[in-house]
Amino acid sequence: MHLSKTVSILSCLALSLALQNTTHGHGFAGNRFFPATLTTDDPFVADEMSLPTISTTVDSDGTRETDLSFAIAKKITPNFGIEIGETFSKFATPGERTVNGQQNLELGAKYQFYINDEHETILSLGLDTEIGGTGRKLIDADRFTTWSPAIFFGKGLGDLPNSLSLLRPLAITGLVGIDIPSSWQSVTISHEEGERSVDIEQHPASLNWGFAIEYSLPYLQSQVKDIGLKKPFNQLIPLVEFSFQDPVNRGESGQVTGTINPGVIWSGKYCQIGAEAIIPINSRSGSEVGMIVQVHFYLDDVLPKAFGHPLFGGQK
Amino acid sequence: MKSALRQLLAIFVVLIAVSGRAHAHAFLDHADPAVGGKVAHTAGQVRIWFSENLEAAFSSIKVLDSAKHEVQQGKAQLDKANRALLAVTIPALPAGTYKVVWRAVSTDTHITNGDFTFTVAP
Repeated sequence: MHLSKTVSILSCLALSLALQNTTHGHGFAGNRFFPATLTTDDPFVADEMSLPTISTTVDSDGTRETDLSFAIAKKITPNFGIEIGETFSKFATPGERTVNGQQNLELGAKYQFYINDEHETILSLGLDTEIGGTGRKLIDADRFTTWSPAIFFGKGLGDLPNSLSLLRPLAITGLVGIDIPSSWQSVTISHEEGERSVDIEQHPASLNWGFAIEYSLPYLQSQVKDIGLKKPFNQLIPLVEFSFQDPVNRGESGQVTGTINPGVIWSGKYCQIGAEAIIPINSRSGSEVGMIVQVHFYLDDVLPKAFGHPLFGGQK
Repeated sequence: MKSALRQLLAIFVVLIAVSGRAHAHAFLDHADPAVGGKVAHTAGQVRIWFSENLEAAFSSIKVLDSAKHEVQQGKAQLDKANRALLAVTIPALPAGTYKVVWRAVSTDTHITNGDFTFTVAP
Protein backbone atom coordinates (compact mmCIF):
# COMPACT_ATOMS: atom_id res chain seq x y z
CA MET A 1 0.00 0.00 0.00
CA HIS A 2 2.77 2.34 1.03
CA LEU A 3 4.77 1.62 -2.11
CA SER A 4 1.87 2.17 -4.48
CA LYS A 5 0.90 5.36 -2.66
CA THR A 6 4.47 6.60 -2.78
CA VAL A 7 4.68 5.83 -6.50
CA SER A 8 1.39 7.60 -7.05
CA ILE A 9 2.54 10.71 -5.15
CA LEU A 10 5.87 10.77 -6.97
CA SER A 11 4.08 10.41 -10.32
CA CYS A 12 1.81 13.34 -9.49
CA LEU A 13 4.81 15.39 -8.33
CA ALA A 14 6.71 14.67 -11.53
CA LEU A 15 3.72 15.61 -13.66
CA SER A 16 3.20 18.77 -11.60
CA LEU A 17 6.79 19.79 -12.23
CA ALA A 18 6.38 19.00 -15.90
CA LEU A 19 3.31 21.20 -16.11
CA GLN A 20 4.73 24.17 -14.20
CA ASN A 21 6.45 25.68 -17.20
CA THR A 22 4.14 24.26 -19.80
CA THR A 23 3.08 26.38 -22.68
CA HIS A 24 0.88 25.29 -25.51
CA GLY A 25 2.48 23.22 -28.23
CA HIS A 26 1.28 25.13 -31.21
CA GLY A 27 -1.06 27.90 -32.29
CA PHE A 28 -3.03 28.55 -29.08
CA ALA A 29 -4.08 31.74 -27.31
CA GLY A 30 -6.53 30.85 -24.56
CA ASN A 31 -9.31 28.72 -25.99
CA ARG A 32 -8.34 29.56 -29.56
CA PHE A 33 -6.42 27.25 -31.82
CA PHE A 34 -5.02 29.13 -34.79
CA PRO A 35 -4.04 27.00 -37.78
CA ALA A 36 -0.85 27.69 -39.69
CA THR A 37 -1.77 29.83 -42.66
CA LEU A 38 -0.43 29.08 -46.12
CA THR A 39 0.50 32.46 -47.60
CA THR A 40 0.94 34.84 -44.67
CA ASP A 41 3.19 33.66 -41.88
CA ASP A 42 1.33 33.02 -38.62
CA PRO A 43 2.31 34.74 -35.34
CA PHE A 44 3.18 31.65 -33.35
CA VAL A 45 6.43 30.16 -32.25
CA ALA A 46 5.89 26.45 -32.73
CA ASP A 47 7.43 23.10 -33.48
CA GLU A 48 6.03 22.59 -36.95
CA MET A 49 6.93 21.49 -40.43
CA SER A 50 5.42 22.20 -43.82
CA LEU A 51 6.15 19.30 -46.12
CA PRO A 52 5.39 19.95 -48.83
CA THR A 53 3.93 23.26 -49.92
CA ILE A 54 3.19 23.20 -53.63
CA SER A 55 2.02 26.22 -55.55
CA THR A 56 1.56 27.18 -59.15
CA THR A 57 1.10 30.67 -60.56
CA VAL A 58 1.41 32.43 -63.88
CA ASP A 59 3.13 35.80 -63.90
CA SER A 60 2.29 38.81 -66.03
CA ASP A 61 4.41 37.69 -69.01
CA GLY A 62 2.93 34.21 -69.11
CA THR A 63 5.66 32.30 -67.28
CA ARG A 64 4.26 29.51 -65.13
CA GLU A 65 6.12 29.13 -61.85
CA THR A 66 5.70 25.91 -59.90
CA ASP A 67 7.20 25.86 -56.42
CA LEU A 68 7.85 22.99 -54.05
CA SER A 69 8.73 24.24 -50.58
CA PHE A 70 9.83 22.79 -47.29
CA ALA A 71 10.05 24.58 -43.94
CA ILE A 72 10.70 23.43 -40.42
CA ALA A 73 10.47 25.45 -37.20
CA LYS A 74 11.79 24.66 -33.72
CA LYS A 75 11.12 26.27 -30.38
CA ILE A 76 14.31 27.28 -28.60
CA THR A 77 12.48 28.71 -25.59
CA PRO A 78 8.70 28.76 -25.02
CA ASN A 79 8.53 32.16 -26.74
CA PHE A 80 11.44 32.10 -29.16
CA GLY A 81 11.90 29.89 -32.16
CA ILE A 82 13.87 29.52 -35.37
CA GLU A 83 12.93 28.33 -38.83
CA ILE A 84 14.65 27.15 -41.97
CA GLY A 85 13.08 26.78 -45.38
CA GLU A 86 13.95 25.96 -48.95
CA THR A 87 12.05 26.15 -52.22
CA PHE A 88 12.59 24.35 -55.51
CA SER A 89 11.14 26.20 -58.47
CA LYS A 90 10.35 25.41 -62.07
CA PHE A 91 9.80 28.18 -64.62
CA ALA A 92 8.05 27.37 -67.89
CA THR A 93 7.95 30.26 -70.34
CA PRO A 94 6.10 29.71 -73.63
CA GLY A 95 8.64 29.29 -76.45
CA GLU A 96 11.60 29.00 -74.11
CA ARG A 97 13.44 26.21 -72.36
CA THR A 98 12.04 25.29 -68.96
CA VAL A 99 14.46 25.97 -66.12
CA ASN A 100 14.41 24.79 -62.55
CA GLY A 101 16.49 24.83 -59.39
CA GLN A 102 16.57 25.75 -55.76
CA GLN A 103 15.82 29.23 -54.52
CA ASN A 104 17.91 30.96 -51.88
CA LEU A 105 17.96 29.39 -48.44
CA GLU A 106 15.60 31.09 -45.99
CA LEU A 107 16.25 31.43 -42.27
CA GLY A 108 14.01 33.02 -39.67
CA ALA A 109 13.58 33.76 -36.00
CA LYS A 110 10.48 34.79 -34.10
CA TYR A 111 9.77 36.01 -30.57
CA GLN A 112 6.31 36.02 -29.00
CA PHE A 113 6.25 39.04 -26.71
CA TYR A 114 2.56 39.22 -25.84
CA ILE A 115 -0.15 36.62 -25.32
CA ASN A 116 -3.55 37.36 -23.79
CA ASP A 117 -5.48 34.15 -23.27
CA GLU A 118 -8.72 35.84 -22.25
CA HIS A 119 -8.86 37.92 -25.43
CA GLU A 120 -7.25 35.28 -27.66
CA THR A 121 -4.56 37.72 -28.70
CA ILE A 122 -0.93 37.27 -29.62
CA LEU A 123 1.82 39.58 -30.87
CA SER A 124 5.29 38.60 -32.02
CA LEU A 125 8.36 40.00 -33.73
CA GLY A 126 10.22 38.16 -36.44
CA LEU A 127 13.27 38.47 -38.63
CA ASP A 128 13.59 36.42 -41.79
CA THR A 129 16.50 36.40 -44.16
CA GLU A 130 16.91 35.07 -47.65
CA ILE A 131 20.58 34.34 -48.08
CA GLY A 132 21.82 35.66 -51.40
CA GLY A 133 23.87 33.42 -53.63
CA THR A 134 22.65 30.15 -52.14
CA GLY A 135 20.11 29.58 -54.89
CA ARG A 136 20.63 28.57 -58.49
CA LYS A 137 21.75 31.35 -60.80
CA LEU A 138 19.91 29.80 -63.75
CA ILE A 139 16.55 30.63 -62.19
CA ASP A 140 17.70 34.13 -61.26
CA ALA A 141 17.87 33.47 -57.54
CA ASP A 142 19.04 36.74 -56.03
CA ARG A 143 22.79 37.09 -55.53
CA PHE A 144 22.14 39.50 -52.67
CA THR A 145 20.65 38.85 -49.23
CA THR A 146 17.27 40.24 -48.19
CA TRP A 147 16.40 40.98 -44.56
CA SER A 148 12.74 40.98 -43.54
CA PRO A 149 11.84 42.22 -40.06
CA ALA A 150 8.12 42.05 -39.30
CA ILE A 151 5.52 42.28 -36.57
CA PHE A 152 2.94 39.51 -36.44
CA PHE A 153 -0.48 39.50 -34.81
CA GLY A 154 -3.35 37.14 -34.09
CA LYS A 155 -6.76 37.88 -32.59
CA GLY A 156 -9.69 35.55 -32.02
CA LEU A 157 -13.16 36.98 -31.56
CA GLY A 158 -14.10 34.57 -28.79
CA ASP A 159 -14.58 37.48 -26.39
CA LEU A 160 -17.58 38.82 -28.30
CA PRO A 161 -20.84 38.95 -26.30
CA ASN A 162 -23.34 36.10 -26.54
CA SER A 163 -25.60 38.19 -28.76
CA LEU A 164 -22.89 37.88 -31.44
CA SER A 165 -22.00 34.30 -30.62
CA LEU A 166 -21.98 33.09 -34.23
CA LEU A 167 -19.13 35.53 -34.92
CA ARG A 168 -16.99 34.14 -32.10
CA PRO A 169 -15.37 31.47 -34.32
CA LEU A 170 -13.84 34.29 -36.41
CA ALA A 171 -10.16 35.13 -36.05
CA ILE A 172 -7.63 37.26 -37.87
CA THR A 173 -3.89 36.78 -38.11
CA GLY A 174 -1.41 38.79 -40.11
CA LEU A 175 1.85 40.63 -40.39
CA VAL A 176 3.39 43.94 -41.39
CA GLY A 177 7.03 43.92 -42.37
CA ILE A 178 9.58 45.29 -44.75
CA ASP A 179 11.91 43.48 -47.13
CA ILE A 180 15.31 45.18 -47.16
CA PRO A 181 17.77 44.05 -49.84
CA SER A 182 21.47 44.19 -49.03
CA SER A 183 22.11 45.52 -52.54
CA TRP A 184 20.05 48.28 -54.12
CA GLN A 185 20.82 47.38 -57.72
CA SER A 186 22.43 44.80 -59.96
CA VAL A 187 24.52 45.89 -62.94
CA THR A 188 24.95 43.50 -65.83
CA ILE A 189 27.38 44.34 -68.64
CA SER A 190 27.11 42.37 -71.85
CA HIS A 191 28.74 42.53 -75.27
CA GLU A 192 26.65 41.63 -78.28
CA GLU A 193 27.79 42.09 -81.87
CA GLY A 194 30.60 44.35 -80.73
CA GLU A 195 28.35 46.60 -78.72
CA ARG A 196 28.56 46.98 -75.01
CA SER A 197 25.27 47.20 -73.11
CA VAL A 198 24.66 47.90 -69.45
CA ASP A 199 21.55 46.64 -67.72
CA ILE A 200 20.73 48.01 -64.30
CA GLU A 201 18.11 46.22 -62.23
CA GLN A 202 16.78 48.07 -59.19
CA HIS A 203 16.12 46.28 -55.92
CA PRO A 204 13.64 48.35 -53.95
CA ALA A 205 12.74 47.80 -50.34
CA SER A 206 9.15 46.61 -50.10
CA LEU A 207 6.47 46.89 -47.51
CA ASN A 208 5.24 43.35 -47.02
CA TRP A 209 1.87 42.97 -45.35
CA GLY A 210 -1.03 40.62 -45.24
CA PHE A 211 -3.68 39.03 -43.13
CA ALA A 212 -5.93 36.01 -42.94
CA ILE A 213 -9.57 35.95 -41.90
CA GLU A 214 -10.61 32.52 -40.67
CA TYR A 215 -13.86 30.98 -39.45
CA SER A 216 -13.14 27.98 -37.26
CA LEU A 217 -15.81 25.28 -37.45
CA PRO A 218 -14.03 23.37 -34.63
CA TYR A 219 -14.40 26.48 -32.47
CA LEU A 220 -18.08 26.82 -33.45
CA GLN A 221 -18.72 23.19 -32.66
CA SER A 222 -16.84 22.98 -29.33
CA GLN A 223 -17.19 26.48 -27.87
CA VAL A 224 -20.34 28.07 -29.27
CA LYS A 225 -22.97 25.71 -30.64
CA ASP A 226 -22.94 22.01 -31.43
CA ILE A 227 -24.67 22.04 -34.78
CA GLY A 228 -24.09 18.35 -35.36
CA LEU A 229 -21.16 18.54 -37.74
CA LYS A 230 -19.29 15.26 -38.09
CA LYS A 231 -15.76 14.51 -39.27
CA PRO A 232 -14.23 15.84 -41.43
CA PHE A 233 -16.52 18.88 -41.53
CA ASN A 234 -16.08 19.70 -37.83
CA GLN A 235 -12.33 20.00 -38.51
CA LEU A 236 -12.55 22.56 -41.31
CA ILE A 237 -11.44 26.16 -41.12
CA PRO A 238 -12.49 28.21 -44.14
CA LEU A 239 -10.32 31.26 -44.61
CA VAL A 240 -9.31 34.04 -46.96
CA GLU A 241 -5.74 35.29 -47.02
CA PHE A 242 -4.63 38.65 -48.37
CA SER A 243 -0.98 39.19 -49.22
CA PHE A 244 0.58 42.40 -50.57
CA GLN A 245 4.01 43.72 -51.50
CA ASP A 246 4.45 47.46 -51.89
CA PRO A 247 7.83 48.77 -53.14
CA VAL A 248 8.79 51.95 -51.33
CA ASN A 249 11.82 53.30 -53.21
CA ARG A 250 14.16 52.95 -56.23
CA GLY A 251 11.53 54.43 -58.55
CA GLU A 252 9.04 51.63 -57.99
CA SER A 253 6.90 53.18 -55.26
CA GLY A 254 3.22 52.45 -55.57
CA GLN A 255 3.60 49.43 -57.82
CA VAL A 256 1.71 47.19 -55.47
CA THR A 257 1.40 43.50 -56.17
CA GLY A 258 -0.60 41.00 -54.22
CA THR A 259 -3.02 38.14 -54.15
CA ILE A 260 -6.28 37.21 -52.49
CA ASN A 261 -6.40 33.56 -51.53
CA PRO A 262 -9.68 31.94 -50.53
CA GLY A 263 -9.44 28.39 -49.29
CA VAL A 264 -9.90 25.92 -46.50
CA ILE A 265 -7.75 24.14 -43.91
CA TRP A 266 -8.53 20.72 -42.49
CA SER A 267 -6.95 20.31 -39.06
CA GLY A 268 -6.36 16.78 -37.78
CA LYS A 269 -4.56 15.30 -34.79
CA TYR A 270 -1.04 15.44 -36.15
CA CYS A 271 -1.22 17.58 -39.24
CA GLN A 272 -3.30 19.96 -41.23
CA ILE A 273 -3.92 20.11 -44.96
CA GLY A 274 -4.71 23.40 -46.62
CA ALA A 275 -5.65 24.44 -50.14
CA GLU A 276 -6.23 27.90 -51.53
CA ALA A 277 -6.80 29.59 -54.85
CA ILE A 278 -4.34 32.40 -55.62
CA ILE A 279 -6.13 35.32 -57.24
CA PRO A 280 -3.87 38.15 -58.50
CA ILE A 281 -5.12 41.62 -57.54
CA ASN A 282 -3.80 43.24 -60.74
CA SER A 283 -1.95 42.43 -63.96
CA ARG A 284 1.44 43.03 -62.29
CA SER A 285 0.62 40.26 -59.82
CA GLY A 286 -0.18 37.57 -62.33
CA SER A 287 -2.26 36.69 -65.34
CA GLU A 288 -4.13 33.60 -64.13
CA VAL A 289 -5.63 32.19 -60.97
CA GLY A 290 -3.11 29.92 -59.32
CA MET A 291 -3.32 27.55 -56.41
CA ILE A 292 -1.40 26.42 -53.35
CA VAL A 293 -1.64 23.19 -51.35
CA GLN A 294 0.18 22.49 -48.11
CA VAL A 295 0.61 19.60 -45.70
CA HIS A 296 1.69 20.95 -42.33
CA PHE A 297 2.76 18.74 -39.42
CA TYR A 298 2.44 19.54 -35.71
CA LEU A 299 5.85 18.26 -34.75
CA ASP A 300 5.27 18.51 -31.00
CA ASP A 301 2.57 15.87 -31.47
CA VAL A 302 4.15 13.82 -34.26
CA LEU A 303 7.67 13.74 -32.85
CA PRO A 304 7.21 14.33 -29.12
CA LYS A 305 10.69 13.17 -28.15
CA ALA A 306 12.57 15.29 -30.65
CA PHE A 307 10.20 18.27 -30.81
CA GLY A 308 7.87 17.95 -27.83
CA HIS A 309 9.48 20.73 -25.83
CA PRO A 310 11.64 23.83 -26.25
CA LEU A 311 15.38 23.35 -25.96
CA PHE A 312 15.41 25.67 -22.94
CA GLY A 313 12.96 26.96 -20.36
CA GLY A 314 9.92 24.76 -20.70
CA GLN A 315 8.53 21.30 -20.95
CA LYS A 316 6.26 21.80 -23.95
CA MET B 1 11.95 18.47 -57.91
CA LYS B 2 10.38 15.02 -57.47
CA SER B 3 13.62 13.57 -56.14
CA ALA B 4 13.91 16.43 -53.67
CA LEU B 5 10.40 15.73 -52.42
CA ARG B 6 11.17 12.02 -52.10
CA GLN B 7 14.29 12.79 -50.06
CA LEU B 8 12.43 15.12 -47.72
CA LEU B 9 9.65 12.61 -47.16
CA ALA B 10 12.20 9.89 -46.48
CA ILE B 11 13.88 12.04 -43.83
CA PHE B 12 10.52 12.65 -42.19
CA VAL B 13 9.61 8.95 -42.14
CA VAL B 14 12.94 8.15 -40.50
CA LEU B 15 12.40 10.86 -37.89
CA ILE B 16 9.00 9.41 -37.00
CA ALA B 17 10.46 5.91 -36.80
CA VAL B 18 13.14 6.94 -34.31
CA SER B 19 11.01 9.30 -32.31
CA GLY B 20 8.54 6.90 -30.76
CA ARG B 21 4.83 7.14 -30.24
CA ALA B 22 3.05 10.27 -31.36
CA HIS B 23 0.72 12.22 -29.06
CA ALA B 24 -1.91 14.85 -29.58
CA HIS B 25 -3.79 17.66 -27.91
CA ALA B 26 -7.16 16.82 -26.37
CA PHE B 27 -10.03 18.69 -28.00
CA LEU B 28 -13.67 18.60 -27.03
CA ASP B 29 -15.49 16.11 -29.21
CA HIS B 30 -18.98 16.50 -27.80
CA ALA B 31 -20.70 17.16 -24.50
CA ASP B 32 -23.85 16.46 -22.52
CA PRO B 33 -25.58 18.89 -22.17
CA ALA B 34 -24.58 19.80 -25.72
CA VAL B 35 -22.45 22.83 -26.47
CA GLY B 36 -24.85 25.77 -26.74
CA GLY B 37 -27.74 23.39 -26.12
CA LYS B 38 -31.04 23.76 -24.28
CA VAL B 39 -32.29 21.16 -21.81
CA ALA B 40 -35.50 20.86 -19.80
CA HIS B 41 -33.60 19.49 -16.81
CA THR B 42 -30.05 18.40 -16.13
CA ALA B 43 -29.22 14.72 -15.87
CA GLY B 44 -27.07 15.09 -12.74
CA GLN B 45 -23.77 15.44 -14.57
CA VAL B 46 -21.96 17.51 -17.13
CA ARG B 47 -20.03 15.08 -19.33
CA ILE B 48 -17.42 15.97 -21.92
CA TRP B 49 -15.96 13.52 -24.41
CA PHE B 50 -12.47 14.50 -25.59
CA SER B 51 -10.44 13.44 -28.59
CA GLU B 52 -7.64 12.00 -26.39
CA ASN B 53 -7.21 10.23 -23.08
CA LEU B 54 -6.68 12.61 -20.17
CA GLU B 55 -4.71 12.91 -16.96
CA ALA B 56 -7.34 12.96 -14.23
CA ALA B 57 -5.35 14.92 -11.65
CA PHE B 58 -4.90 17.98 -13.83
CA SER B 59 -8.09 18.02 -15.87
CA SER B 60 -11.12 19.86 -14.58
CA ILE B 61 -14.65 21.03 -15.25
CA LYS B 62 -16.32 23.98 -13.55
CA VAL B 63 -19.97 24.89 -14.03
CA LEU B 64 -20.82 28.53 -13.36
CA ASP B 65 -24.25 30.13 -13.01
CA SER B 66 -25.09 33.60 -14.34
CA ALA B 67 -23.62 35.15 -11.16
CA LYS B 68 -20.38 33.24 -11.85
CA HIS B 69 -20.85 31.02 -8.78
CA GLU B 70 -19.59 27.48 -9.13
CA VAL B 71 -22.46 25.00 -8.95
CA GLN B 72 -20.66 21.72 -9.62
CA GLN B 73 -20.34 19.25 -6.76
CA GLY B 74 -16.85 17.90 -6.19
CA LYS B 75 -14.08 17.41 -8.69
CA ALA B 76 -14.40 16.18 -12.22
CA GLN B 77 -13.73 12.47 -12.62
CA LEU B 78 -12.50 10.43 -15.52
CA ASP B 79 -14.69 7.55 -16.60
CA LYS B 80 -12.95 4.28 -15.64
CA ALA B 81 -13.80 2.62 -18.93
CA ASN B 82 -13.11 5.64 -21.11
CA ARG B 83 -10.27 7.94 -20.11
CA ALA B 84 -11.36 10.45 -22.71
CA LEU B 85 -14.65 11.06 -20.87
CA LEU B 86 -14.53 13.65 -18.09
CA ALA B 87 -17.63 14.27 -15.94
CA VAL B 88 -18.62 16.38 -12.98
CA THR B 89 -21.71 16.10 -10.80
CA ILE B 90 -24.20 18.96 -10.69
CA PRO B 91 -27.37 19.41 -8.69
CA ALA B 92 -30.80 19.96 -10.20
CA LEU B 93 -30.39 23.41 -11.69
CA PRO B 94 -32.99 26.13 -11.87
CA ALA B 95 -33.79 27.76 -15.20
CA GLY B 96 -30.97 29.86 -16.55
CA THR B 97 -27.81 29.86 -18.64
CA TYR B 98 -24.75 28.06 -17.31
CA LYS B 99 -21.14 28.25 -18.40
CA VAL B 100 -18.95 25.15 -18.47
CA VAL B 101 -15.23 25.88 -18.19
CA TRP B 102 -12.92 22.94 -18.85
CA ARG B 103 -9.24 22.25 -18.82
CA ALA B 104 -7.89 19.08 -20.39
CA VAL B 105 -4.41 17.69 -19.88
CA SER B 106 -3.77 14.84 -22.26
CA THR B 107 -1.64 11.90 -21.19
CA ASP B 108 1.44 13.49 -22.77
CA THR B 109 0.77 16.68 -20.71
CA HIS B 110 -0.42 18.87 -23.58
CA ILE B 111 -2.92 21.38 -22.20
CA THR B 112 -6.09 22.64 -23.86
CA ASN B 113 -8.79 24.89 -22.42
CA GLY B 114 -12.29 25.78 -23.44
CA ASP B 115 -15.73 26.83 -22.36
CA PHE B 116 -19.28 26.68 -23.58
CA THR B 117 -22.75 27.46 -22.31
CA PHE B 118 -25.98 25.53 -22.02
CA THR B 119 -29.43 26.67 -21.00
CA VAL B 120 -31.88 25.05 -18.61
CA ALA B 121 -35.42 25.90 -19.68
CA PRO B 122 -38.02 23.62 -18.04
